[in-house]
Amino acid sequence: MTESTVTETTICYHCGDECLSTAYAEAEKHFCCQGCKSVYSILSANNLCSYYNFNEHPGLTRARTDKRFDYLDNAGIVKELIDYADDNVTIVTLYIPHIHCSSCIWLLEKLNKFNPAILHSRIDFLKKQLHIKYDSQQLSLKQLVELLFDIGYEPAINLQDVIKKQNTIKDNLVQRIAVAGFCFGNVMLLSFPEYLGLSSLEQSFKHFFGWLNILFSLPVVFYSGREYFVSAWQNLRNKVLNIDFPLALGIAVLFIRTVVEIANNAGAGFADTLCGLVFFLLVGKFVQRKTYHHISFERDYRSFFPVAVQVIANGVETPVPLADLKIGQRIVLRHNEIIPADAILLKGDALIDFSFVTGESIPVDKTLGEIIYAGGRQTSEAIELEVVKPVSQSYLTQLWNNEAFTRQQDNRMQTFNERVSKYFTYVLLAIALGSLVFWLPTSLNRGLAAFTAVLIVACPCALALSTPFTMSAALSIFDKNLFYLKNTAVVEQLAKIDTIVFDKTGTITTATDNNISLNGALTGHQKQLVYSVCSNSNHPLSRMICQYLGNIEKLPVNHYKEMPGKGITAFIGDDEVKAGSGQFMFGMFNEEKGSTKVHLMVNGAYLGNFSFKQNYRDGLQKTAAELAAYQMFLISGDSDHEKEALQPVFGSEEQMNFNQSPQNKLGFVQLLQHLKGKVMMIGDGLNDAGALKQSDLGIAVTDNINNFSPGCDAILDGRSFNKLPAFLRFAKSTVTIIHCSFAISLTYNLIGLSYAVTGNLSPLTAAILMPLSTATIISFTTIATHFAAKRRKLA
Amino acid sequence: MSIIYFLIGCSVLLALLFLLAFFWAQRSGQNDDLYTPSVRILLDDEPEPHDKK
Repeated sequence: MTESTVTETTICYHCGDECLSTAYAEAEKHFCCQGCKSVYSILSANNLCSYYNFNEHPGLTRARTDKRFDYLDNAGIVKELIDYADDNVTIVTLYIPHIHCSSCIWLLEKLNKFNPAILHSRIDFLKKQLHIKYDSQQLSLKQLVELLFDIGYEPAINLQDVIKKQNTIKDNLVQRIAVAGFCFGNVMLLSFPEYLGLSSLEQSFKHFFGWLNILFSLPVVFYSGREYFVSAWQNLRNKVLNIDFPLALGIAVLFIRTVVEIANNAGAGFADTLCGLVFFLLVGKFVQRKTYHHISFERDYRSFFPVAVQVIANGVETPVPLADLKIGQRIVLRHNEIIPADAILLKGDALIDFSFVTGESIPVDKTLGEIIYAGGRQTSEAIELEVVKPVSQSYLTQLWNNEAFTRQQDNRMQTFNERVSKYFTYVLLAIALGSLVFWLPTSLNRGLAAFTAVLIVACPCALALSTPFTMSAALSIFDKNLFYLKNTAVVEQLAKIDTIVFDKTGTITTATDNNISLNGALTGHQKQLVYSVCSNSNHPLSRMICQYLGNIEKLPVNHYKEMPGKGITAFIGDDEVKAGSGQFMFGMFNEEKGSTKVHLMVNGAYLGNFSFKQNYRDGLQKTAAELAAYQMFLISGDSDHEKEALQPVFGSEEQMNFNQSPQNKLGFVQLLQHLKGKVMMIGDGLNDAGALKQSDLGIAVTDNINNFSPGCDAILDGRSFNKLPAFLRFAKSTVTIIHCSFAISLTYNLIGLSYAVTGNLSPLTAAILMPLSTATIISFTTIATHFAAKRRKLA
Repeated sequence: MSIIYFLIGCSVLLALLFLLAFFWAQRSGQNDDLYTPSVRILLDDEPEPHDKK
């Protein structure tokens, strides 16, 4: 309890939050809490206060000061976490969500000033990762993590570290592009003299240039272009014809014909076309690949559950890795820890925040003996629980045993490219063979020339590039509008959707700004009384009330008594102030279903209550109206008390489903898919994870991109929720653009074919046609996509 | 004109050198993090102590 009378706002020097008390000050600097102050003390003791000069208030508020890293003494866990270790040196990569400014870089790269055993520390800012090399003889991982915690940078540690895994996937695409580009440039240089015409004096060079060209083509075909052969072969074996087949065929024919022509001194060959083709194709691949360093689309419950939990046996607490947790064990959870398995509450006051699971941000009280489902976060003091189900079998986590999660499917819908390239290949082969047969009676050479020329000219380079360039332009447009797509195929899926399923809490309601309203009138003095009492409590509702009442002068409070999860009584002067739940105030009281209220009483007189309701997202009604062409459903785990409020949004009652378990949600999506719907699920919490995975397109809505979001195809920032109709229309435009660019590339192919079928394709024509069509496609798709985005007001 | 053989040899060799340099940069992870160094270079080792408060 603190007694204070702050009149003006002071800002915490460390984190920039408002100081609610003057109790924490050092060297004329004010802090909001003990945590922030202790960080400052550590930094100043190490002469590292320049930290505060680069940015104002670079720190993170630290309500929590107790350390819980005992599990890092467990050798098995440590082994999982570190990247490399020998007798002396250990290297570890830690993910630190708080990294956000230059001060962070400055401080965290100076870690060895705190402890010389830290040999080297490097930040990767975008990935929010810290690479540390330290002397494991003098420093344990636990001490290292504690040091980071002490200076306000708590690493997020979990065993299924997807972000780390995702960022370490490496292939040599860039190197293959480099090789192809290098050869392309050199071959161009060597081919030019041929095109400009060599005099009879220089004929000896012709041969030399030709063989050099073959030399340069070798790495392009066998190193850079190798994957096309591999992919075409694999697809042939699976009896699928995809675009890689005509591409591989084109590359092979180009190479063989070049070698034959040069060896026989019959012509200059097509080495420049060949190198250009492979180079542009690989660039297309590179463009298509979009990486979001700090976003992961593959997370499941393991990446947000703790690594270990404290188990009590015979009065001794020991950290036990989650996988070893057994039924019947007694676990202790402290403030801000997550309940890892379904368990019965044995001791303590549980005030559980289920926002990760349901999106509901107001904590729920639980009574002794009640089963608490896994996934909630304890927000009050320490509690003891008995585990009743293993971690993987809990109400929430058993979702992950569903087949939707074991199925390996990248794209659940065929893309336009995949569908078209099959027919394209057939037609191409037919024309090539046709021209071969046509010329064969006249001359074998001419027939072969026509056959190969068709395969060269019709090589679907422009076709293969149209999708990547359109999609990557679209992706960056979405990105700008805070909508993050897992890969380019998602755009096409987005265009095909005809059914949308919404989750309620946290998805169409906002998790943060709870609508707080005061029912009853308070005088200025009464407001002051309520404010003074509530400002002493850490309960989220009290904090919201304080925020609502604004900055009022605080009065000294006596006999402050807080019943956790129930209410507060306190005296201010002679006034007795009571605030709390109906049950706490009046004994027996039936609260209106589904609403959260804090009742107020001063000197026994009832003054009214604060009620907390969830806000719907901005423009929900308008967004829904714009989506009228889609079938819309609501599926919620909550009771149906908001049915009437949502009726105008969703239309009929049949479209709203309440009281649905996570399994039900998944089943509902499955049902819609059986009815031939292309279902898009929009959800936010872990309880939607199954439905997100099952749906044709799962979108997770979040108010903070760095926060946890369940596995999905796309992540939508809550602020852009009302742009959803525009996103869908834009996705449709991009598909149209792909169709158009397909038509353009076909036109080029037809022009080329008209030369090719006669068997008179000159290398120069091919060398002009190929880059020209590529340049047209790239510029058309880029310009058209940006134009479409402008029309939808997204650019 | 046979000088062309020599010159082309030189130019290819030089180009190869750059290609190898790029490979080396790629392998040693110089292109892994393209953002942080741009911030790091702006941080002075010991900036002038001046108080904001």
